[in-house]
Amino acid sequence: MSNETGSGNDGDKFDQARRNFLRGIGMGTAAAVAQPAWGGQTFQDTFADFFQKDYRRMSAEEIEAALERIERKAQARYDVEIECQNTPPQPGVVYGYAINISRCKGYRDCVHACVKENNLGRDSQMQYIRVLELDQGDFNLEHSDHYYEPETVPVEGKHYLPVQCMQCDDPPCVKACPVEATWMEPDGIVVVDYDWCIGCRYCMAACPYWARHFNWTVPEIPAEEMNTNTHYLGNRPRPRGVVEKCHFCIHRTRKGQQPACMEACPTGSRIFGNLLDPDSEIRYVLANKQVFRLKEDLGTEPKFWYYSD
Amino acid sequence: MPVIRFIFDGVREMFRGPREYWIWLAVLSLVVLFGAARYSQQLTEGLVVTGMSDQVSWGFYISNFAFLVGIAAAAVLLVIPAYIFDRKDVKEVVLVGEGMAVAAVTMAILFVIADLGRPDRLWHMIPVIGRFHWPISLLAWDVLVLSVYFLLNLAIPFYVLYSRYRGKEPNFRLYFPFVVIAMFWAISIHTVTAFLFSANPARPFWHTALLGPRFIASAFASGPALIIITLQIVRKLTSYNVSQTVIDLLALIMTTALQISLFFVGAELFTDFYNEGAHAASIHYLFFGLGGFYSLKAWIWFALALNLTAVVILMIHPLRQKTLMLNIACVLTFVGIWIEKGMGLVIPGFVPTPLGEIFEYWPTSVELAVAAAIWAFGVLIFTLLAKAVIAIEQGKLRYRAKDAMYPL
Ligand code: SF4
Ligand code: SF4
Repeated sequence: MSNETGSGNDGDKFDQARRNFLRGIGMGTAAAVAQPAWGGQTFQDTFADFFQKDYRRMSAEEIEAALERIERKAQARYDVEIECQNTPPQPGVVYGYAINISRCKGYRDCVHACVKENNLGRDSQMQYIRVLELDQGDFNLEHSDHYYEPETVPVEGKHYLPVQCMQCDDPPCVKACPVEATWMEPDGIVVVDYDWCIGCRYCMAACPYWARHFNWTVPEIPAEEMNTNTHYLGNRPRPRGVVEKCHFCIHRTRKGQQPACMEACPTGSRIFGNLLDPDSEIRYVLANKQVFRLKEDLGTEPKFWYYSD
Repeated sequence: MPVIRFIFDGVREMFRGPREYWIWLAVLSLVVLFGAARYSQQLTEGLVVTGMSDQVSWGFYISNFAFLVGIAAAAVLLVIPAYIFDRKDVKEVVLVGEGMAVAAVTMAILFVIADLGRPDRLWHMIPVIGRFHWPISLLAWDVLVLSVYFLLNLAIPFYVLYSRYRGKEPNFRLYFPFVVIAMFWAISIHTVTAFLFSANPARPFWHTALLGPRFIASAFASGPALIIITLQIVRKLTSYNVSQTVIDLLALIMTTALQISLFFVGAELFTDFYNEGAHAASIHYLFFGLGGFYSLKAWIWFALALNLTAVVILMIHPLRQKTLMLNIACVLTFVGIWIEKGMGLVIPGFVPTPLGEIFEYWPTSVELAVAAAIWAFGVLIFTLLAKAVIAIEQGKLRYRAKDAMYPL
C-alpha cells in the first residue's frame, strides 16, 4: 500500500503500474519508468516501500535507495524537490535543552518556527511545542491554558511554560513500541522511523509529556512552504497513519546548527547544547542555575531542564 | 485421510441447517459487510474518520479489545471444573466455552488491527523478518499471549473432537498438559492486557496495581454472564444436553466475581477521593465531569447501577434461581462491565492529557459500524464452531471408513 490516499480509479492505476513493472523487468533494469501510479508512485517504489526494512537494519545502499524514494515521493505528492539526508550522530555528543522560564514571554515564535522547519501538517495544526500559560507561582499543569489568545503577551500575573519532547534518557515511549520503530540515537535524540511505525499509538499513551502526535490523515503542506532540507529520522514528509514528535531538529543540530525553536526565540530563553562538553553553555546553566525538570518523579530522566534567573 | 475428511465434514456441517439458521448467518454477514465498507473508508481516508485525536488517542476499538480479552479468559471457568474437578456436566459444554474463547480472541485481535494506523505493516511484528519488541513492550507480550491462547483453544477442542469423530475416546493423558497450560494462559492474557494499561505512569488513572485483579474479577463476572445466556440459547435451539447444574455453577461464580469487582471499584474510589490529588483528575472526570466536560458521567453511573442491580439479584438465592431473574442479571452484568471496562476504563486515561488539557472523545459512525462488524464476525465464528461441535458431540458426525474410499 502506498502512503497516499487512494483516489477512485485504483484499478486502472494498478494495471498501469503492473505494465510498468513488467516492462521494467523486460528491460532487465530496475530504472523506474517514471509513470505515476498508485498515488503518484511507481509500482517499483511501492513494492520497495512495502518491503523496506527498518532503519537500523538497512545497509548503506538500502538507506540510499530509501532516501531517493522519499525524494521521489515528495516530488510526486507535493511537487517539490527535497533533499533527504542521513547525517549520522556526531561522536562525543549528547544533546540537552534548557529553558529560562523567567524570560519566556509566551510569544510562541518557537512554535511557529518549528511548524515551518519540520514540515508539520498545516491542516491538522500539529505542533511539537506547546506553550502553557499558568498563573504566576502555579505549576499545576491541569490549571494551564493551552490556547491563550490575549491581545498582547505576556499577560500580567501569568507565566509561560514551553513543553515539547524531553528526549528522555529512559524513554517510556521506546519501551512501549511493539516493533522498535522508535528508539534513542547515540546523541540522545529519540527518533521514529516513519516507514516502520505501525501506528498502534501505544507510545502516545506511554509518553508523560504529550509529546507524540499522530498523522490522522496525510499531512498537508503547501509546496512553497516545504522545507526542502530534510533528514530521514526528522522532518521529511511523513506518511499517513504514523506517529511523529520533536527530534531536536536533527537535520540541523547534527550539522552543528541550532534547533529552529532556539533560533526563533526573541527573548533568548532557550539554551541548547552538548551535555558531554564541560564548556558548553548548557553545562554552565546546569551547574550554576536552580534547574528542575517536569515530572521528575516518573523516572524518565528528561534531557530538558527549566530554570529561572 | 481422516483429518481432511474431518475438516470437510465439520465445515459442511457448519453450513447445513434449517432456514432460520441461514437467515441468522445472512444477517450477521450483512452486518460484517456493512462494517467492512465503512472500514474501507477508514483505510482510504485515515483514522481521521474516527473520533480519536492526539489528546484521546485510543477509543472505542481499544475499549472493546480490553473487554473481549476478558470474555476470552472466562472460558477457563468451564475448563477448570471440567478437567480438574472432572465434573461430567461441565465437560459436556466445555467445548462450547472454548469455541467462545476462540471467537472472543479473534474479535480482540481484529479490534487491535482496526485501530492500527498502518495495518499494511502488520508484518513488522513478525519476529526475524520484522522486529518484535519482546519482552520489553507490553503490547508485544499481549500479541504473543493472545496468539498462543488462540492456538491452544483451537488445538485442544480439535483433538478432542477429532477423537470423537473417529469414535474414540480422547487420550486424557495426552491433552491434559495442554489443558493445564491453557488454564494459566487464560489468566495471563487478561493480566497482560491489564498490565498494558497499568504499565504507564504517564496515565495515573491506569497506573494502579489493582488494575490486574480488577480485570480478572470483572472478566469472571461478564464472561459467565455471556456463557449462561449462550448455553440457554443452545439448549433451546438444539437437542444438546445442557445441564442446569452447569448454569447454577456459573451463576455462583459470577455472583462472587461481581461482588469482588464492585468491592475493587469501591476501593479505587476511596483511595482516589479521600485525599483528592492530581491523580484523581481522571476518575473525577469519569464520575463527576471536569472543567465543564462530562460525556462519560451518565454512562459510568448507568454501568454502576446495572452492576449493583445485578449483584443484588444474584445475592438473593431465590431470585438467582429463577431463570428470568438470572437472565436479567446476566444482561445487566454484561452491559455494565462492557461500559466499565470499555469506554469507562480507556477514555478517562486520556482525560485530562498529561499536560492537563481536557478534550473529549465520542465514537463516530465509522467506529460504531466497524465495531458492530467485528462483533457480528465473532458471533458468526462462534455460531459455526458451535454448530460443528454440537453435531460431533452428539455423535451425528462420525467418520466412516467406507466414505474415505471416495474422493472428496
Ligand atoms: S518526552 Fe515523550 S516522546 Fe519524548 S522521549 Fe520522553 S516519553 Fe518519549
Ligand atoms: S505508534 Fe509507531 S512508534 Fe508508536 S508504539 Fe506504535 S509502532 Fe511504535
